[in-house]
Parts: sequence; C-alpha cells; structure tokens
Amino acid sequence: MAEVLVVVETTGAVGAAGGYGVKKVTLEMLTLARELGEPAAVVFGAPGGAQELGAKLGEYGAVKVYAAEGEQITAHLVAPKATVLAELIRRVQPAAVLIGSTQEGKEIAGRVAVKLDNGLLTDVVALAADGTATQVAFAGSTIVKSRVTRGLPLVTVRPNSVTPTPAPAAAPAVEAVAVALGENDTLARVVERVAEQKGTRPELTEANVVVSGGRGVGSADNFKLVEEIADLLGGAVGASRAATDSGFYPHQFQVGQTGKTVSPQLYVALGISGAIQHRAGMQTSKTIVAVNKDPEAPIFELADFGVVGDLFKVVPQAAEEIRKRT
Amino acid sequence: MNIVVLVKQVPDSGAERNLRSDDSTVDRGSASNVINEMDEYAIEEALRIREAHGGEVTVLSMGPAGAAESIRKALSMGPDGAVHVVDDALHGSCAVATSKVLAAALRTLSPDLVLCGAESTDGRVQVVPHMLAERLGVAALTGARKLTVDGGTLTVERQTEEGYEVVTAPAPAVVSVWDTINEPRYPSFKGIMAAKKKPLRTLALADLGIPADEVGLAGATSAVVEHSQRPPRSGGQKITDGGDGGVRLVEFLAAEKFV
Ligand SMILES: Cc1cc2nc3c(=O)[nH]c(=O)nc-3n(C[C@H](O)[C@H](O)[C@H](O)COP(=O)(O)OP(=O)(O)OC[C@H]3O[C@@H](n4cnc5c(N)ncnc54)[C@H](O)[C@@H]3O)c2cc1C
Repeated sequence: MAEVLVVVETTGAVGAAGGYGVKKVTLEMLTLARELGEPAAVVFGAPGGAQELGAKLGEYGAVKVYAAEGEQITAHLVAPKATVLAELIRRVQPAAVLIGSTQEGKEIAGRVAVKLDNGLLTDVVALAADGTATQVAFAGSTIVKSRVTRGLPLVTVRPNSVTPTPAPAAAPAVEAVAVALGENDTLARVVERVAEQKGTRPELTEANVVVSGGRGVGSADNFKLVEEIADLLGGAVGASRAATDSGFYPHQFQVGQTGKTVSPQLYVALGISGAIQHRAGMQTSKTIVAVNKDPEAPIFELADFGVVGDLFKVVPQAAEEIRKRT
Repeated sequence: MNIVVLVKQVPDSGAERNLRSDDSTVDRGSASNVINEMDEYAIEEALRIREAHGGEVTVLSMGPAGAAESIRKALSMGPDGAVHVVDDALHGSCAVATSKVLAAALRTLSPDLVLCGAESTDGRVQVVPHMLAERLGVAALTGARKLTVDGGTLTVERQTEEGYEVVTAPAPAVVSVWDTINEPRYPSFKGIMAAKKKPLRTLALADLGIPADEVGLAGATSAVVEHSQRPPRSGGQKITDGGDGGVRLVEFLAAEKFV
C-alpha cells in the first residue's frame, strides 16, 4: 500500500525540544489518511521532536515518522520545510499528502505545489478514498467537491473536520530525513520569537467550545465575563472584529472573514450582531447559542438557542447556574 | 524603492456570493465587485514606505477587463501607475497558474519589494505570496503586522499562535500584510481625479510569453467536480429574558450535553 504523507502540526515552542504536543488536526489527518493508504507522519522542528511525538502518532495509525529537524528547519519560516517535503514526495511517491489548513500549512503546500507543478486543494473538510475533496467556500455558504487534476492529491485539511479515531497501535520507526536546502530557502531569518502568555485554554481553531464576545461586551475588563463562561465550558475565547478593533481583546482571537475560521461543537456569541463577515468564521459550528439585547440581530437567524436580553444579566446568571450543576 | 502592490478584485464579501453553474468559477458578473479589503492595507503600507524612502509604487492586478475599475480605485489612493494582466484565456486560473502569470509580470517590473494582502476574501487560500516567492527565488514574509525597511533589509513582525516573531529578509522579497498593520487612507477628491490620468498598462499572456493552455480552466491543476449551496441554517428557539434567561440558557446547554 502506498504511503500517505501527513505533515504533523505541533503545539509548543518551535525551536526548542521538549514540551512538544500534537495538534488535534494532525490526528484528524491521520484518521483521514488511513482511508487512502499507509499513514506516514512528517515532523519538522527541533531535534528530538519526532522521537517525542512518535508514540502519539502511532496511536493514530502512523506506521512511519519522517523527521526533518534542526536549526535549518526552525530558523527560516516555511521555505526549508517545503524543500524537504517536495524531495520526500519525489522519493516515496505517496498516494496523497495531507497538511493542516493553517497559515503555515497552506504556505508549505503552496510552495510544494509550485515545485512539483501539482494541484492544491485548501480548506478541505472531507476526503474520499478516490481523492475527491470536499471544501466549503464563501463563508460556509457553498460546498464544493473538487479533485487535483495534475499530480497527486495535495490537500490542506481544516481543523475540526473529522473525529480523530485511534487505530490499532503501531510503534512507528523514526527515519531521519536529510535536509538539503537551496540557497533561497534560508533568505528569511527568524531573529526573535516572543512567547506571550497563553494560559490553559484550548487553541481557538481546535477547540470544541468557543465563547466569543462582541462590541456589546463593552470593554476589555468586561471580557472577563466571556472568559469565565469559556473556562466553565472548557472552551476557547473568541471575539468579533468590533471587539478586537476596540481593543477589548487581542487580534489573534478574532473570528470571521479576516480572522480565524472556527467550527466547534458549540459556539456562544455574546453581544455580537452576526454580521456576514463574522458569520464567515463560525457558521459551520455544530450548535450556536447567542445572547443579544436586540431581537432583530441577525445572529439569531443562525442560533439554535437565542436569548434576547442584556448579557450583563444573562451571562452572570448562566455562569452561576453552570457552577451549581458541576 | 520600487514597490509593486498586488491588487485583486473580488466579489463583495458583504453580499451574496456564488459559483457559476456553467463552469464552477467565481461568479464575478452578478456580484458587486470591490478591491480585496486586505489589499488596501498593502497599498497603504507601500505609500508610507514611498513617503519615507522615496521611490515608486505600481499596482499589479490580474483579472477580467472589469477589474480596471478596481485598479483605478487603487490608484486614487496614491500609487504612481498600474499594470493590468488581462486575457480571456486566464478565466478560471488556479492558484498555481495565477502565480505563474503574476511572477512573469513581476519579472518585467523588477521590484525591490512586492506587497500584497495576506489573503483574498473570495478564495482565502493564502498561498500566492509564497508561490510567487518560490518562483522568483526570493523570501516571502507573510502576515506582517509591522514592516520596517532599512536599506536593503526588510524586517517584519508577525503574529504566531505562541505570540509573535520578528523575521528579516534581504530585498527583493514578497511581504503580505494583515489588517492590523495600518489604517488605509480614503482616496481624496484630488486623488480620484489624478487617478484617471495615471498610466495603466495592460499586458496579455503573449506579452509574458506564457502559452494560453498553461493557464485558465484549460491549464488548471485542480477541477471542481460539483458544487451546491449549503442549506441555510435555520434559527432555533429564541426566548426573551424574563429574569431567568441565564438559567434557561444553561438548561439548553445541559440538554445538549455541554454542561
Ligand atoms: C472586509 C471585511 C472583513 C471583516 N472581517 C470581520 C471578521 O473577521 N470578524 C468580524 O467579527 N467582523 C468582521 N468584519 C466586521 C463586521 O462587518 C462587523 O462590523 C462586526 O462583526 C461587528 O461586530 P459586533 O457584532 O461585535 O458589533 P456590532 O455589530 O456593533 O454588534 C454589537 C451587538 O451587541 C449587542 N449588544 C450591545 N450591548 C448589549 C448588551 N448589554 N447585552 C446584549 N447584547 C448587547 C447589540 O445589540 C449588537 O447586536 C469585517 C468587515 C469587512 C468589511
């Protein structure tokens, strides 16, 4: 059976071994890959990462782990990764290549597509055994089925698209991959990485529950209410653009057209009107709940459960009730 | 500094958008078309660099004839001139082909810096900057929230999941910008009038030496098999808070097993 290459998305400090974790989208991709062939994981990062992650990748069916590690990989954004991956694809001739539909994942895929003159499908939410991919377009309003018509299926998979399921455990062998870079691959140099405090909440695009606040939340201080509900539900915090632009919450938590696309089991919108650009980032969520004082707010058109009311009354009461029940 | 800003005309993301029923390409006829919002930030950044360091700003756009309207709009913000790659054969081009055409056009302009938006609101694919960099053999610094130009060195600050990172590259390079980088100016009346007289050059595929069968639907590296509208979500239950809205909300969450 041909290999299916899965590029591993990791959590944790890039460039430093230790503390690596596997992002959920990786496990989703391994689950998808098993339908297409023999999953083989590709790990990029600091030395030792592949060893550290091998067991977890094996649990989800990886029979092999390719490791491309070291400073040449971690110090230069995506170009070296694309070079190594393209070379690996030429060598193993996989049945398909799956990469996370994150900014970096898409960038690696884009470079590989050019190097191999190969088609590329991004934001894939399902993949059939024959390589036909399902994508959602235009803010989730359109469903597209497409195929790569030149080269092999090279797809980026959107987080929270499939349920990761463990496979009969394998102990994958780790194979070091030679990193032979071209002179242009190292032009971009990372000179500084600044870690900002992150807390313990799940990553926005991967979270099962997302609780977002909008302009209606009113201030940065009031966002504590949003955080409180998120923490009680074990979720991530999101924000509308009006909220991030007003400085209530940092930009990286923006959900929508120009922010993150999320597709959690539960999305809670607090003081968000539901503008089309916000909906673009959240309308494929399984269950949507909204609190808004305006009964005409468009968010209610999507909400499975909506409360017309003042969030400063409804939300604290809800928090209290959740505490009572847990 | 010789700066080229990539500008794409897209269907307005605030209006209903569709794929065409005949060839599954983006319906650009029925939608109202606008400049891709993120590109306005790239134009603004280019103008600021020109103000600080001198040089020239050229808009480069690939798109149907109607895109000229968006190019003029871009020019009204202040760039010096524009190049419009327009050719019927380009209709339905995939990202791989688009990058081939834009790279060829960029080679004719030899910029020190290529600026573009981090993504377009229609495709949201985010791959073109790196595809161009790959083809041109230069660095791509993407998703910049801050850009500084110091002689021949470009330095970008970009958001990451862990925080942010600072990345440098020698010019020429491709830099894509996020909407956190600046606040784009509104075109002034004078700018709008001046834009009408600014040079807008068109290039066809033949001018770039690219055979027609390498682009468009004919040369696409992927194909849409079918497409359909997702059934619109229908609203569910809506209650008005009568003092127990929070409790009832949690009752719903509990029934759905979230609590
Ligand atoms: C090209 C483009 C891209 C965009 N990208 C994004 C994007 O990525 N993400 C995004 O979110 N937006 C985006 N926008 C902006 C979008 O159009 C809206 O302006 C934005 O989503 C509005 O945010 P909001 O719902 O928080 O604010 P508003 O629309 O002002 O809504 C605030 C809501 O809070 C309610 N409210 C106020 N006080 C209370 C209270 N005490 N209790 C309960 N409810 C209350 C109000 O009734 C109102 O419905 C984009 C716009 C454009 C043009």
